[in-house]
Amino acid sequence: MAEWLNTLLQGLLLGGLYSLFATGLALSFGVMRMINIAHGDFAILAAFVAIAVVEPLGLNPFVVLLLIVPLMGGFGYLLQRLILNRTLGQDILPPLLVTFGFGIIIQNLLLVMFSADTRSLDIGALGTASVALGGDVAVGVLPLIVMAVAVAVLAGLQWLFAATPLGRAFRAASDDSEAAQLMGIDNRHIYALAMAIAMAIVAIAGVFLAIRANIAPTDGPARLLYAFEAVIIGGLGSLWGTLAGGIILGVAQAIGLKADPGWGILAGHLAFLAVLVIRPNGLFARTRER
Amino acid sequence: MSASTPIVERGTRASRVGLLLAALLLLAAIAAPWWAERSSQRLFTEFLYTLALAQMWNLLAGYGGLLSVGQQGFVGLGGYCLVVLGLQAGLNPFFIVPLAGVVAALVAIPAAAVLFRLRGAYFAVGTWVVAEVLRLLVANTASVGGGSGTSITRTVSGIPAWWRESTTLWLALTLGAGATLAVYFLLRSRYGLALTAVRDSEPAAESLGISVARVKWFAYLASAAGCGMAGALIFITKLRIAPEAAFSMDWTATMFFVVIIGGIGTIEGPIVGTLIFFLLREFLSDYGSGYLIVLGTVAVAFMLWLPRGVWGLLASRFDLHFFPVQRRLRNQALKEEK
Repeated sequence: MAEWLNTLLQGLLLGGLYSLFATGLALSFGVMRMINIAHGDFAILAAFVAIAVVEPLGLNPFVVLLLIVPLMGGFGYLLQRLILNRTLGQDILPPLLVTFGFGIIIQNLLLVMFSADTRSLDIGALGTASVALGGDVAVGVLPLIVMAVAVAVLAGLQWLFAATPLGRAFRAASDDSEAAQLMGIDNRHIYALAMAIAMAIVAIAGVFLAIRANIAPTDGPARLLYAFEAVIIGGLGSLWGTLAGGIILGVAQAIGLKADPGWGILAGHLAFLAVLVIRPNGLFARTRER
Repeated sequence: MSASTPIVERGTRASRVGLLLAALLLLAAIAAPWWAERSSQRLFTEFLYTLALAQMWNLLAGYGGLLSVGQQGFVGLGGYCLVVLGLQAGLNPFFIVPLAGVVAALVAIPAAAVLFRLRGAYFAVGTWVVAEVLRLLVANTASVGGGSGTSITRTVSGIPAWWRESTTLWLALTLGAGATLAVYFLLRSRYGLALTAVRDSEPAAESLGISVARVKWFAYLASAAGCGMAGALIFITKLRIAPEAAFSMDWTATMFFVVIIGGIGTIEGPIVGTLIFFLLREFLSDYGSGYLIVLGTVAVAFMLWLPRGVWGLLASRFDLHFFPVQRRLRNQALKEEK
């Protein structure tokens, strides 16, 4: 019994990490109506940059976030402003194909620079510390921190969208980009800012991933798929839905993994397909696709 | 003013020259086992199955507007047909190639039922999930070799080497030329018109009485079948199969490079793209991963600045159409006045 409770808790907290991955994806879809196929690859890129900085300088991985997050944010702004904005339009293929190309470039760039070996970020004792909850049930401190960060990021985004002029501009550009432009909103800038925020969150997700697990240069696509599944399970346009989606995915994977080591990821995919069959719009859908 | 009926033209001078050229090339390729070296035969085979894959992806993305990043799922499935139908059921590997197409299409039916609930960009990522599900199912099935894969040499061991190599080439030719011609004739038919109409505007197509769902469904199944057949053939040439290689993203990445660089939404594009792809590979293969970085960069650059690819550029500049699928109006009266 305690064993299963532990599994459930692990899956639930894993959902925090998945939600971090999913939030950036949901944001870029929500505002620009585009999917960044290289989303996961950018997370892995951020993680490898963190590893490259931490190892020679001996920094704490949490400190390195202060460097990586603004770096990836700025990179995201430029990426959207200089390249991805050119691909937006009626046709949905160009942004997909361009980001797909970026994914291939990033994976192979990382392979050249870091080889195919798996790497990770070491945070010492914190990595294995856990809090006992009575009985044989315990939760890891690190997964708890990740979950807290995920909740904080979502709360921050909700505040941004609901209460700030920038959030209003995001919503306006999302609802009707032409009307927004008529009202004096510079869509190119707004889109670039949205991508900057998405990339900043992706950087957090990537660094946490590298703290939790070993990563390899070609891990990006799998991360994109989990993020995507969390977004769809949660429902398009629902911020907190991505957290719910992440948790459902995490729990499904944890249960599958417990049943058979080979079935963990598969169970997550199957849960996603099941939701798609039962509730095609996800559990908490708010926006409709145009 | 003389009332003149414009003439509808479907062919061009280039298309007639092209047809002749294509027929000659085809004959030369069929005869390759008698005049070409073994290494060049292998290269032809590879060229042709790459072309077949690219045509199938182009059918989906370029004509159907359905972006799939999960076609590797059907390539892998086709490859694994060799294990189940060849190693285990003892069928001749070359008979398995068409069967693999059937298997892939059958698997595509439930996949389509789920995936078509997703639209546009979401469909794309959904196809990837399906490919991953197929990969994980195969990797978790011990009887087909599990995660480490298996050798399929035994399926071809009874066939003399010359026949094996030649039949492989002829099958590759059937797939490469067949895929090209199939797309060509499909697009000249009313179904092709429906397909491109759906790509250009779903609501408009629907309002003209086209069943958008059925057209997409058909394109998806056809593409799956093509990729499945190519997959079986590919692994006849490789003789060893493992989930990582069979369901590798590289298959779809290759289709993507070829079609984008050659020219998406044209039949000539994949042919030109495959040529460029093999040339680039010849020059850059020593650089390993660097080669893929270059290819990725080239494809992104094309997408940004030359979205219609090399062939799109040539076709619009020189009005060149070897495989014309459009109808052109020529006004007889106007011509006579001049």
